[in-house]
Amino acid sequence: MRAMKQLDPKPEILARRGEIIAGLLRILPKRAVIAEAVSLKPYETDALTAYRQVPLAVVLPEDEGQVVDILKFCAAEGVRVIPRGAGTSLSGGALPLADSVVVGLMRMNRILEVNYPDRYAVVQPGVTNIGITRAVADAGYFYAPDPSSQLACMVGGNVGMNSGGAHCLKYGVTANNLLGLRLVTMAGEVLELGGTHCDAAGYDWLGLVTGSEGQLGILTEVTVRILRAPEGARAMLAGFASNEVAGECVAAIIASGIIPVALEFMDRPAIHACEAFAHAGYPLEAQALLIIEVEGSEDEQDATLRRLREICERFAPVSMRVARTDEESAAIWKGRKGAFGAVGRISPDYLCMDGVIPTSRLGEVLRRIEEMSEDYGLKVANIFHAGDGNLHPLIMYDANEPSSFARAERFGAEILTLCVEAGGCLTGEHGVGVEKRELMRVQFSPGELEQMRAVKDVFDPHWLLNPAKVFPL
Amino acid sequence: MTPRDEEELAAMVRAAAGPLRVQGGGTKADMLRPVRAAAVLSTAAMSGITLYSPSELVLRARAGTRLAEIESVLAAHGQQIIAEPPRFFGPAQTIGGVVASNISGPRRIGGGAMRDHVLGVRAVNGSGEILNFGGRVLKNVTGLDLAKLLTGSFGTLAVMTEVTLKVLPAAEAVGTVVVPAADARAAVEVMAAGLGSPFSVSGAAYLPRDARAYLRIEDFAESVAYRCAKLAGGVAGAEILGGEESKALWAGIRDCAALPPGEAVWRVSVRPSAGPGVLRDVAFAGVSGFMDWGGGLLWLSGPATRAAHEAVCAAARGGAGVWWLMRGPEALRAAVEVIPPEAPALAALRRRMTAKFDPRGIFNPLKMWAA
Repeated sequence: MRAMKQLDPKPEILARRGEIIAGLLRILPKRAVIAEAVSLKPYETDALTAYRQVPLAVVLPEDEGQVVDILKFCAAEGVRVIPRGAGTSLSGGALPLADSVVVGLMRMNRILEVNYPDRYAVVQPGVTNIGITRAVADAGYFYAPDPSSQLACMVGGNVGMNSGGAHCLKYGVTANNLLGLRLVTMAGEVLELGGTHCDAAGYDWLGLVTGSEGQLGILTEVTVRILRAPEGARAMLAGFASNEVAGECVAAIIASGIIPVALEFMDRPAIHACEAFAHAGYPLEAQALLIIEVEGSEDEQDATLRRLREICERFAPVSMRVARTDEESAAIWKGRKGAFGAVGRISPDYLCMDGVIPTSRLGEVLRRIEEMSEDYGLKVANIFHAGDGNLHPLIMYDANEPSSFARAERFGAEILTLCVEAGGCLTGEHGVGVEKRELMRVQFSPGELEQMRAVKDVFDPHWLLNPAKVFPL
Repeated sequence: MTPRDEEELAAMVRAAAGPLRVQGGGTKADMLRPVRAAAVLSTAAMSGITLYSPSELVLRARAGTRLAEIESVLAAHGQQIIAEPPRFFGPAQTIGGVVASNISGPRRIGGGAMRDHVLGVRAVNGSGEILNFGGRVLKNVTGLDLAKLLTGSFGTLAVMTEVTLKVLPAAEAVGTVVVPAADARAAVEVMAAGLGSPFSVSGAAYLPRDARAYLRIEDFAESVAYRCAKLAGGVAGAEILGGEESKALWAGIRDCAALPPGEAVWRVSVRPSAGPGVLRDVAFAGVSGFMDWGGGLLWLSGPATRAAHEAVCAAARGGAGVWWLMRGPEALRAAVEVIPPEAPALAALRRRMTAKFDPRGIFNPLKMWAA
């Protein structure tokens, strides 16, 4: 089933497995080292479950000092290192290599400081995304990036992948919500990047490290901005007769000067899958559905929703529903939030793509995906952050049928190539990981890739950190 | 040298025999360290907006395009550059220079910095290779974010030839809540309350000479009226300024109109609650200024002396923050640390990084650091 070539393990490392584990046990408490086959098994994959590889060992450091010791040891021994948060990567960002040590950060899960007057929180990388918001919600605050996996995914992984979410049209992605990081390099040096203030003097190391997919170092501390929550929020939905018309409606909303806090798009297969699963009352006669959320006081919500209604009405909606209460908003969101589960219910397996396109190309890109779907004989449902052009086609396949996964991967690659050709990019929020590594050549020239590799060299000259990810082999 | 296009620029870089002063309009030549170079490489002749799609919130322009031109085109479509770059540097500022310096105005506190809205950068590295990082879409995590690395690098890594920005609709209305503040500490409390409110305050500044703190709301007219009233409600002496007065006030704050005259100008960024301490700690050296970003940004001016500079550095350090020497005579800028020195490990990393982009060390040598 594995379609993609992997990096060969170093035989001299595999041969010295016992010695390396003994070395790790010398620098770490026994509870921090996992070497038994049965205990290593859960670390063989992440949320890109089609790829699996049991690592040499897993270590679970409990503080920065241990991370430093681990990296110094691995650097000295020439051992490859795979950083891991919660293992929710959809691009295989935490996929191990056979000769690698996985550094799991889940035990570094403390919130170190919350400062309301200066509106920041300092957390360890193993704190979950929702964990930050939960810690500050009583004071009326929240942490803005909200990836779908936010109940499980960890802040360290969010920084690694520069995660977004449904609300980043207004609040930005992870990079826009960070103030500082502590990063341990492969040489075991601790770098303090940024701080608790805005903007760096000197190079934007914070911006470079965010989204670097564990290529440059391992995080031990993250300082995030926390924001005061708005007075309230409410959603509406509108169904349209075609993807194109819904796309034009999105353009009209943006042109009107309204930036909704969320602007989600679902195509017909997604509407049907979600409705069957969640019974959210989605209009089954619609070819495309928009979910739009606005914020503010009750009156402000009413005023903005009135404007949005007027805009949607210009595009002959087949259905429109404006929530009057929180409960009605939740009902509108219910189907969208359960989308992955809903697709999982109608197909044994699926691949979740993450391309981005200029929003003006929406209609033609969705039309091409539909044609490809017929060519490959695989169904696809499209869910889409419409305001920012971030497409999430879910390609359905059956892992038990040998050719099905290979076809799904080719289909996915063709969609992402199409996204690049349309003026977009391979990934908006999931990262390149192992999944899109070879497609990097579609988006970047050899010179551009060489410049990126040179930056990786600066931090990790022997390429021990999360190798065989991001860059084509 | 003023190349007319990217290829010409790349050829000039390849042919360069020694260091180049890399600039757009040259308006930031008096900022940070002086660059000693036999030749000037300016992008000022590479001008023009190459893509503007208002409904996609994207604008792309050649590096030498003047900020003023871009802002007027955006304004004609009811849009704006989110980070509100100051016009402190005069009308010749180019978009390349604005991105290369990553200097943001009052809206930074809520809307983000220039660097948060740079979607893509085309640039020529020190080997004369034309490279394109990022793109034109609003979300992009493909590969290492070298567009962010180049943003704010003052032309020391590569020469930007074209930049792509996320833009946003300009708000329909603007209003300002004015609150009397006896001193900087009282002002920070007012600003923290505003920024900690659910009302999306888009500017929070304190001008000591007015003894007032200002909170800005930008949104649809009905929201501005409602939110200003909520913020002002129950606050002794609070007043509300309307649209035109607000616009003039915030343009002045953005462009540092309130900066007392002085020979040197600094910018300090600290966490907001540390702002008053900075103002207090520089006063003895004859340095004074005002606060933006809720107290987190200080624009300071004073005598162009080493003693005054050291006072600014010490105050910034005391607030766990950073400083930039924004303007000053060449002798001072050559003699002092114009931005904070890095920790040794980071400095070593930075030198290796510079060498990977500009192996001959020809781009703006020593503009940011003395070594």
